[in-house]
Amino acid sequence: MRLLSRTGRSLRRTLIQAVPTVIGIVILNFLLLQLVPGDAADVIAGESGSATVESMAALRKQFGLDQPVLVQLLSYLNHLAHFSLGFSPRYNMPVGELIMARLPYTLMLMACAFTLSLVVGIACGALMAAFARRWPDRAMSLVVLVLYSAPGFWVGLMMIVLFSVHLGWLPSGGAITIGANLGFWDAVGDQLAHLVLPSFSLACFFIAVYARLTRSAMLEVERQDFVRTAQAKGLTPFTIQIRHVLRNALIPVTTVAGLHLGNMLGGAIVVETVFGWPGMGRLALDAVMARDFSVLLGVLLLSSFVVIFANVLIDLLHAWLDPRIEAE
Amino acid sequence: MTIEVRAQARQPGRSRTQTGLKTTLAALALCATALSTTAFSGTARAETATMVMATEPPTLVSLTNVATTALGVSAKVTEGLLEYDENLNPKPQLAIAWEVSPDGLTYTFKLRDGVRWHDGKPFTADDVAYSLNLLKKVHPRGRTTFANVTSIDTPDPQTVVLHLSKPAPYLLKAFAAAETPIIAKHIYENTDPASNPNGNAPIGTGPFKFKEWSRGNYIAYERNDDYWGKPDPKIDQLVVKFIPDAAARSIAFESGGVDFGYRTPVALSDLERLKKLPNLKFETKGAAYSSNVTRLEFNLDNPYFKDHKVREAVARALDRKVIVNTIHYGAAIPTSSPIAPGLKAFHDPAPSPYTYDIKAANKLLDEAGYAPKEGKTRFHVTLDYNPITTEGRRLAEYIRASLSRIGIAVDLRAQDISAFVKRIYTDRDFDFTVNGASNLFDPTVGVQRLYWSKSFVKGVPFSNSTHYSNPEVDQLLEQAAVENDPVKRKEQFRKFQEIVGRDIPDLNLVQPVFLTVHNTKVHDLVTTADGVEGNLAHVEIK
Repeated sequence: MRLLSRTGRSLRRTLIQAVPTVIGIVILNFLLLQLVPGDAADVIAGESGSATVESMAALRKQFGLDQPVLVQLLSYLNHLAHFSLGFSPRYNMPVGELIMARLPYTLMLMACAFTLSLVVGIACGALMAAFARRWPDRAMSLVVLVLYSAPGFWVGLMMIVLFSVHLGWLPSGGAITIGANLGFWDAVGDQLAHLVLPSFSLACFFIAVYARLTRSAMLEVERQDFVRTAQAKGLTPFTIQIRHVLRNALIPVTTVAGLHLGNMLGGAIVVETVFGWPGMGRLALDAVMARDFSVLLGVLLLSSFVVIFANVLIDLLHAWLDPRIEAE
Repeated sequence: MTIEVRAQARQPGRSRTQTGLKTTLAALALCATALSTTAFSGTARAETATMVMATEPPTLVSLTNVATTALGVSAKVTEGLLEYDENLNPKPQLAIAWEVSPDGLTYTFKLRDGVRWHDGKPFTADDVAYSLNLLKKVHPRGRTTFANVTSIDTPDPQTVVLHLSKPAPYLLKAFAAAETPIIAKHIYENTDPASNPNGNAPIGTGPFKFKEWSRGNYIAYERNDDYWGKPDPKIDQLVVKFIPDAAARSIAFESGGVDFGYRTPVALSDLERLKKLPNLKFETKGAAYSSNVTRLEFNLDNPYFKDHKVREAVARALDRKVIVNTIHYGAAIPTSSPIAPGLKAFHDPAPSPYTYDIKAANKLLDEAGYAPKEGKTRFHVTLDYNPITTEGRRLAEYIRASLSRIGIAVDLRAQDISAFVKRIYTDRDFDFTVNGASNLFDPTVGVQRLYWSKSFVKGVPFSNSTHYSNPEVDQLLEQAAVENDPVKRKEQFRKFQEIVGRDIPDLNLVQPVFLTVHNTKVHDLVTTADGVEGNLAHVEIK
């Protein structure tokens, strides 16, 4: 019951803050994008390698670029007020549909990479703390340092070379096997096989961050009085590490992880490119390159929703980990 | 929220930790179920050919948008009247016979009998007439290509007659499927062609039926069992995959993840390694329908480059051999003519009068009055490059290095395609630029726009960017555009090349050789001048 009311309060507060933030984001984004040189018609003509005065005028009319900026903004806000993200003339389909086709893939990759980085990162950190300053700690520190400093796309490419080209265990890219007639469990397996490499590439940097954070936080907590009390009480070292030290060390880790969710949404572009993963990051990048601002604004808007939603979740997680942290 | 509180002691609840573990497991299980629901279920995997492209096409019919990617997929569903062999001689596709009147003013096409659209409706002359009229209005090049077409008659359902006001000697080469797609009248009539849903889910007469387009992911086509060209197509499914990363494309070829790609689908630096693989083949044919030229365009309104001596000095400072071997890894043909070597009927192979000679270049700049100031530098200019190819940037770096040897200090400026197009063609805020231009299938269509003084139009991309204006050249181009005698026309273009080669408003450097890369199990992939851009009806996997 307490959790429920806390959730409600947290959601209400977030909503009150989020609505003006999102409107501000939309207007600011829209105006900033006006400063970018070139427009959608220039891109299409540039790709086509041919144009005439008439075809350029027709393109600008089709994209609504012949209207004054203020009219374009008002028309966009009008669409939003009607819960529509507008229409993309370039893709010839509603922006909402375009984004919804990509969203599941983005969330899937994000969820897997996030879970992977938290689970592996915290596990590594806990092990490192348990063996602090002995050889397993030093060896793992080295591995973590490599993960921390190697760029994700490079790790991704190297894993493709190893697992796809040399060993042939995993597919080198894409999200699913196209045209394969698979049963339910085979389809799940196929999907997971395609997820492994991109998830790990995206996660490796964050694994390193969480491992180091967990290690230092645990070492700090170990010196606390209550840990000594637990030892005096005769609890096994394992129980102390997991239940007393790790749990208290999780607060800083989850705080940072919450901030990272936004990064993951943005940082996925590189991984999506290397693995040909049909996520929102690439859609956003393509939209920038194509000056297809209705799509870009839609992606930005939805990303801000995802980030806000993720932060609410982290708040709730904190409150659960340590009930003294109350949503105010 | 305070994090500092955490350090204080607190007795954790055992049950909570266990619940946490359970929750995590449950979440993972949920995650797995969610994954499976998005999985694709299709037909059995029999004879699928997979094509790779770097980026996704904006539309699947090259009607109002002729982006290279759209040209790559359009013809599989939407066919044309003709196809062409390597020397651009016409061959039948939807038209089985054609006749051009001796005065070049009437074109008669006999259409194939018994062809049906994928929705079952019969294909007739009405569709062809409607398509050509529409193309003239909405195709980015249609207004130019069909400029002389005044009316189109359909005396019977199997015959189309085009009436021209003036001869158009290039016209017979314009009917390839991707260039001049024939669309269904009953689908496009009374609609806005640019936003017609047919662009996303096309219905055509081609060997492949559109099946599915998973955005950002792949396009799937399936065999058209009622194809007029039976027993083609021989494959059951055609899949187009998008892999934006060049290294990942190489790996996909290596691991068999994709079967073929065109316009050199891999990084040039990877070519040598890939050529050693036993499962890959490399094909230079199938690129004749559109010859690209890499060019260095001068802004003739620039105070330095309006001087012929400065342009000649730049010309003499660049070595095309280095550009071919180092920038293009040998996969290019050097050219100094404004008409690409690929247009064999018109290209003049005579070498440029301005051969590679650093000493002469330095002397020319001295004569032009640009003596070196404070050491070695004569003047500063900025070089913009078209970002659409990776070779563009490398070439710009080579030019910077070469020109530093004759005392011209070059700053490179990078930007994306939209900013580049706006800078060059609308703002005209540039000194000189590394650019590319397609010569297409005929100089009147592909080359004239770059040199004709009347095509200096601000805001129109790939027009006369240099602001070149020479009445003699204008006259030759205008004559060649309507010259019905091929011998005279060739001579007009030879003279044109000679004058432009002397005036050098731009430097034509190389024609990149586009390779089609395919797995050895793919057969009969390239059978026409437009290669993989064709309808791919004959492709076989064995």
